[in-house]
Amino acid sequence: MSTTTERVKATLGKRYAREKRFRFYGLASIALSILFLVILLADIIGKGYPAFTSTYIKLDVQLDAQTLGVSADSTPEQLRTANYNTVVQNSLNTLIPGVTERKEKKALKSLVSGDAQYELQRRVMDDPTLIGTNQSVWVLADDDIDTYYKGNIDRTLPEGDRRIKDFQLTWLDKLEADGRIESQFNTIFFTRGDSREPEEAGILSALIGSFYTLLVTLSLSFPIGVAAALYLEEFAPKNNFWVDLIEVNINNLAAVPSIVFGLLGLAVFIQLFGVPRSAPLVGGLVLTLMTLPTIIIAARAALRAVPPSIREGALGIGASKTQTVFQNVLPLAMPGILTGTIIGMAQALGETAPLLMIGMIAFIMDVPSSVTSPSTVLPVQIYLWSDSPERAFTERTSAAIMVLLAFLVSMNLLAVILRKRFERRW
Amino acid sequence: MKQLTLAVAMGLLAATGVAQARDNIEIVGSSTVYPFSTAVAEQFAKKTGMAAPKVESTGTGGGMKLFCAGAGIDTPDITNASRRMKKKEMEDCLKNGVNEVTEIKVGFDGIAVGNHKSAQPIKLSRRELYLALAKDVPADPNGELIPNPYTTWKQVNPELADIKIEVMGPPPTSGTRDALAELGMEKGCNLFKGMPELKKKDEKAHKAACTAVREDGHYIESGENDNLIVQKLQANPNAVGIFGYSFYDQNRDSLQAATIDGKEISYENISSGKYPLSRPLFFYVKNSHVGQVPGIKEFMAEFTSEEALSADGYLADKGLVALPANEKAASATAAASMATVAASVLK
Repeated sequence: MSTTTERVKATLGKRYAREKRFRFYGLASIALSILFLVILLADIIGKGYPAFTSTYIKLDVQLDAQTLGVSADSTPEQLRTANYNTVVQNSLNTLIPGVTERKEKKALKSLVSGDAQYELQRRVMDDPTLIGTNQSVWVLADDDIDTYYKGNIDRTLPEGDRRIKDFQLTWLDKLEADGRIESQFNTIFFTRGDSREPEEAGILSALIGSFYTLLVTLSLSFPIGVAAALYLEEFAPKNNFWVDLIEVNINNLAAVPSIVFGLLGLAVFIQLFGVPRSAPLVGGLVLTLMTLPTIIIAARAALRAVPPSIREGALGIGASKTQTVFQNVLPLAMPGILTGTIIGMAQALGETAPLLMIGMIAFIMDVPSSVTSPSTVLPVQIYLWSDSPERAFTERTSAAIMVLLAFLVSMNLLAVILRKRFERRW
Repeated sequence: MKQLTLAVAMGLLAATGVAQARDNIEIVGSSTVYPFSTAVAEQFAKKTGMAAPKVESTGTGGGMKLFCAGAGIDTPDITNASRRMKKKEMEDCLKNGVNEVTEIKVGFDGIAVGNHKSAQPIKLSRRELYLALAKDVPADPNGELIPNPYTTWKQVNPELADIKIEVMGPPPTSGTRDALAELGMEKGCNLFKGMPELKKKDEKAHKAACTAVREDGHYIESGENDNLIVQKLQANPNAVGIFGYSFYDQNRDSLQAATIDGKEISYENISSGKYPLSRPLFFYVKNSHVGQVPGIKEFMAEFTSEEALSADGYLADKGLVALPANEKAASATAAASMATVAASVLK
């Protein structure tokens, strides 16, 4: 055997071991990341899934004209302000008779959610002929009752430590035995805006707010970003001091903390240009500033990855510079540009810090109707709910996180599909 | 993509035109009043059918700044405060043309000092609270300030448990922290020799001595989020937390509150002013906006209505401690008459 072979043989074991170790490290880090992801998701889903159901209580209501103070031919305004509260109260009184003590009376009233009377209001306004009839209506239970039925209030604890007292438990047991308590899918969560009552709180206003904000961000940052990248990569003079300066600044901007953009937005967009506070428009503008560098950098990398032969070929058969760029280079760079854009958008979706300065950390009940109406965004809604004292908001916080993640996943999915469609190989 | 851009361009154009008029009330201010203000906003919107007010949680100071920035329609109509408006803030308002401001007191908030149910209940005095939290404390007997030497509760008072002082509380930006410093620490501090005199002589030095919180790891800043503090207490029974009364009320099954100066935190004790760590809550209205923005009067009426403010009201359910009857009546009158507050009555 030659000496070389001997030397190779001597170190072979070591080299194999090193390779094995390296593979093990790689696997271990992947396993660790997956473990954290699983823990995170399990925690969120475990906490959040109860929010997708709500407890309802069946009430028999007498919608008589006298109690309501209206008749079938009253104006909508009269119907809106009719005395539904007393109707709900009366039906609760017949359901659980003999409640006289003040504290118990109050507890009886808060067995059902404050939404109960508005539920009746909606029904009567939709169909005024209901006046004078007796109806069975499923109404929302109060959040404490809901929390109890989801098993988050332990009835074996001493009475003083529970939000639900013994007499309330007796009522609930009675109602349950009568089949008047039911758990239904929580449609309110997806069809309404924020509310201070957990059982009535929904994600829709934040979802639409996020959508509008991202719409503004995308439609400004994508064209501006791509145009900037195209110019810098294809048209700008090389080795020019000013071009280099701009490049350095774009790279620096990508690393600027997002709160700085919020301050800038406050000073420039709101105070100087008078764009309304708390609107998706100003939010989108601020997030555009934040995502622009990301998009420009990604777009430039994608443009650079297009082989020079493509450009030369196009120029060689007589295309102008602009034709070359728009008909040959840009389509080939599109998948990369889209990836960068989606990363930028995903960042923008999860951002709250810059929005703090421009008033988007706000309580918004109404679903925003345009980019200038007051609105909030998903991560802000999550933050606001996590900071609310009511127990039932905990599960809604996690449910909102699930909605945010779903939004993100569908955005990424769209990017993957678009990329697959545009992708070309050479 | 083209259509999208077009739509947004049109939106941008529209925005410049409509920036002036608005049909929803804008409210800013204290994060402590935020839960109550939002509850009223919701009731107001449901009852009147008008556009729901926008409520921002900016902190009391931040809210005052926005509120007093000018009288234009692009400034907030109402600001919430977890303390009374300062004279300086009112002067700022006057300087910027906000001449008429109505002040309405809505109730009280209590600050709870508590720990987990499984731990020993604690009894504290404000003096002990000061000794446990201050950065520098007066050394016996001459009252000279030394860096806080206390590391266990037992050292503060031999009757307390022999466990490490670990207090989770709000950061300096929080109104709760201001109130803790003002109502708890400063009062405890003034019990020491020479401190009341120092306040008269050198207010700044007094403030530094009495309200500076220790930074040696025994006081743990736990963010503005009271829920987080509650969760951390559940994980660590030796720790003590500082949080709002409404969080204590919602988590009675796992938390117990300390008595302060022998008074336990309860609805009655806060309302009557017996519990020492309680503070009044306010909101301020820009009178010139009434009539320009629809619904301000109705909103004020809703906030001061019996249904909202009384001890059985829906705000009491949210943890607001109701005003005594005479003050409640005064608030309702102020809301109806829009009586302006003069800078001279403020401090």
